[in-house]
Amino acid sequence: MAHTETRPLCVAIVGAGPAGLRAASTLVKAGLRPILINEAPEPGGQIYRRPPKALLLFRSAKDLYGADSHRASALDSAFDDMKERIDYRPSTSVWNATRRNDGRVRLHLCDASGEVDTLDCDKVVLATGAMDRIVPLPGWTEPGVWSLGGAQVMLKAQAQFVGRNPVFAGSGPLLYLVAWQYMKAGATPAAVIDASTFSAKLRAVPAMLARSAVAFRGLRMAVALRRRGILVLEGCHAERIDTTPTGFLVSWAGEQGSGDISGDAVAIGHGLKPEQQLAELLGCRLHFDPGAGQWLVETDRDGRASVPGVYLAGDMAMIRGAHAAETAGELSALAVLADAGLAPAYDGVRRIRLRRSMKRQDLFRKGLEAAFPFPSNRIENLPDETTVCRCEGVTAGDLRKAVAHWQPADVNRLKAMTRCGMGRCQSRLCGETAAALLAAGSGRDRSEVGFVRSQIPVKPLPIPARERETQR
Amino acid sequence: MSNVYPISVLRSKPRICIVGGGIVGSAAAFFLAAAGCPVTLLERDTIGSKASGVNFGGVRRHARHPGELPLSIKSHRIWVKLEELIGHDCDLETPGHLKLALGEEEMAPLEAWLPVGREHGLDARLLSARELAELYPWLAPGLAGASYCAGDGFANPRLVAPGFARAAREAGALIREGCPVSAIEKGLCGWVVRPEEGGEVVADIVINATGAWATTIRMDFSAPVSPAPAAPQMFVTEPMPMRIMPVLGLVSGDIYLRQSVRGNIIFGGGRGKISADGWRSSPGETPFREVPAIMRRLIPDLGQALIIRSWTGIEGHTPDGLPVIGACPDQDGLFQAWGFSGHGFQMGPGVGQCLSELVLTGKTDIDLSAFDPTRFAHAAARTGGGIH
Repeated sequence: MAHTETRPLCVAIVGAGPAGLRAASTLVKAGLRPILINEAPEPGGQIYRRPPKALLLFRSAKDLYGADSHRASALDSAFDDMKERIDYRPSTSVWNATRRNDGRVRLHLCDASGEVDTLDCDKVVLATGAMDRIVPLPGWTEPGVWSLGGAQVMLKAQAQFVGRNPVFAGSGPLLYLVAWQYMKAGATPAAVIDASTFSAKLRAVPAMLARSAVAFRGLRMAVALRRRGILVLEGCHAERIDTTPTGFLVSWAGEQGSGDISGDAVAIGHGLKPEQQLAELLGCRLHFDPGAGQWLVETDRDGRASVPGVYLAGDMAMIRGAHAAETAGELSALAVLADAGLAPAYDGVRRIRLRRSMKRQDLFRKGLEAAFPFPSNRIENLPDETTVCRCEGVTAGDLRKAVAHWQPADVNRLKAMTRCGMGRCQSRLCGETAAALLAAGSGRDRSEVGFVRSQIPVKPLPIPARERETQR
Repeated sequence: MSNVYPISVLRSKPRICIVGGGIVGSAAAFFLAAAGCPVTLLERDTIGSKASGVNFGGVRRHARHPGELPLSIKSHRIWVKLEELIGHDCDLETPGHLKLALGEEEMAPLEAWLPVGREHGLDARLLSARELAELYPWLAPGLAGASYCAGDGFANPRLVAPGFARAAREAGALIREGCPVSAIEKGLCGWVVRPEEGGEVVADIVINATGAWATTIRMDFSAPVSPAPAAPQMFVTEPMPMRIMPVLGLVSGDIYLRQSVRGNIIFGGGRGKISADGWRSSPGETPFREVPAIMRRLIPDLGQALIIRSWTGIEGHTPDGLPVIGACPDQDGLFQAWGFSGHGFQMGPGVGQCLSELVLTGKTDIDLSAFDPTRFAHAAARTGGGIH
């Protein structure tokens, strides 16, 4: 549909990570002035999170971002170049998104001071990223137990360690990356407990060759960790975390036997989970992706969601990492332009190249999913006393009991009966576990028990400190 | 014409079909099934998924319309023994209810209600501005006063209708979820309820407990009045230090709030949006602007309170704000129980019990005349005498 009105096309981009920044720079190149909304004070997203300026004196981009430093620097300068040509809203969260009767999208914003505002746009690119995917285990809610992403943010943004001898446990590329980053920065990880087996990784090799350099880099990190004498336990799970006077004792078991490791902190994570709440609120269709074992928002190959005017880019659509996020950001921006009848001349050729690149990234993603499969069986076998929802204090046993007692039709019903997921994180951390327990307890597949529906505000909203001036 | 007696005469217990699985329908199903009646309950969505499951959760007799009080008090007796009745206390807490007057003029309705409440045996009293400040120092200064009623409180709305339905099922009721009804018709012997999916349920007694949608089902007669839908909006904060002991409400009804046992402050006010098809609702923008500000005005020292969730549900309002309960004269065996106008949650269990008594014995100890389904045909709507 061509954009025929005289008013310039208003495009909002939510998120200023690699996907959002690349979408913005593509739109700027086409002569638009997009609105870029960033929850953080600085652009870069989680992956290229910038430390406070004072800390930059001590750590170079190379130190901070490793082999990706050239990408981080390129995005950085892309942002500096377009800063004057975009409407940039830092420290602003989007807590609701609705569709107006005229087809435009209304974003509900909240700035750092807690002031709320609305923003109407013709098209929106959602590039809201991802967060840690956590499989709970007994003891995971103790202070001093971090998510892998959280441990990484501490290092990147604050130049702090969560501990000098942390135990890293879980699976996925982030596991080795964070352990390696800690090692490089001077910490001595107590162990890396990797749930995925060597044979799973071996089977994934053909697919991972789609991005052999990245795969090779991952391998090198694992080798470097071992060479430094750090215990790497493949095919093993952290079974429980106990606190000791000096830190933690992590019990593990798996292909390499079983044992205990002590450390002064623990970081856990099983990959990432898309932050797809805004797409869901806008009515975009979701589907269960068996490979990822997750509900994902449906898009076409350029990032168009099922709702007109809504485009997705980056990890919020599918976990493919920062490199693919940039590609997806550009593709979605080109889709925006094409749909508005503003496609630039280079569009056709460029799009083919980008799509081809996405295909390779996708193959690589499938390789990663095969190498680091999500351990659903760990959830099914969680001990009853394990806390699942830390906000409301709901245990695996509570959930199993509720499944038997109420026979809930879907996970939203289970949430209603148990309060699991009603706290501050709004089911982000526990929704998947609750769904897996419901599926296991009722003999169904994860795809049959649904996902926890998002409710507004998707980000906590402060109650105004003083009375707002009444408008209208 | 059939030359046999209607089946109901031959049976010891009437066959019951309840349409609507909110708190009223579920409670009625429980009491009737427990009394040995064959009960079928048809629910369009899931049990208690509409207003019954997402309301504020107030269990309040305080400041009710005098016509509702006997029913409300009967209901309260059920609330306090839910555990014994249905095997779950539904998280009932009874810290009392406090109705606040912002200005002197709002004290008058509170003063007027007090003797009514006392006449019905309620432990209610007025609090002066000074007493308020002493008892609840976190309230904003300058309030005119309040009325307090002991024994009122709140419960977890998500558990109540499902709890009754589950107990009804255990007592033998057939509970069908995901089963919308397209028509209720007069049959040769009894009533015929037609689910959209086909087939029919034949019953001697039909109870229409479909809330805001009570008149969307095709019936062979005209309805007394159509309920006007409204979607009250709720909010919840993350856990805060404990201090709000009683449930609070304003005489104006602009806000009502309570604190959960985990510390979350749950507050309601304003109205959300209802979808074009009338089946779904969502929080509106205006309440987000206005209601948290009212709360801050009422409790200035809230600190860094964060709202973590907001939601709405659809309820049906009648012109006089009172429910429709009973049978129309020419529709023997078809009971109406809807139009609770935003205060049906507390009365739900009592209504279920009254309906069960009406069905089984033809009478109940509660005067239901204020809820007569025909009242709208007779007189212009009266104004309600309750205080929100």
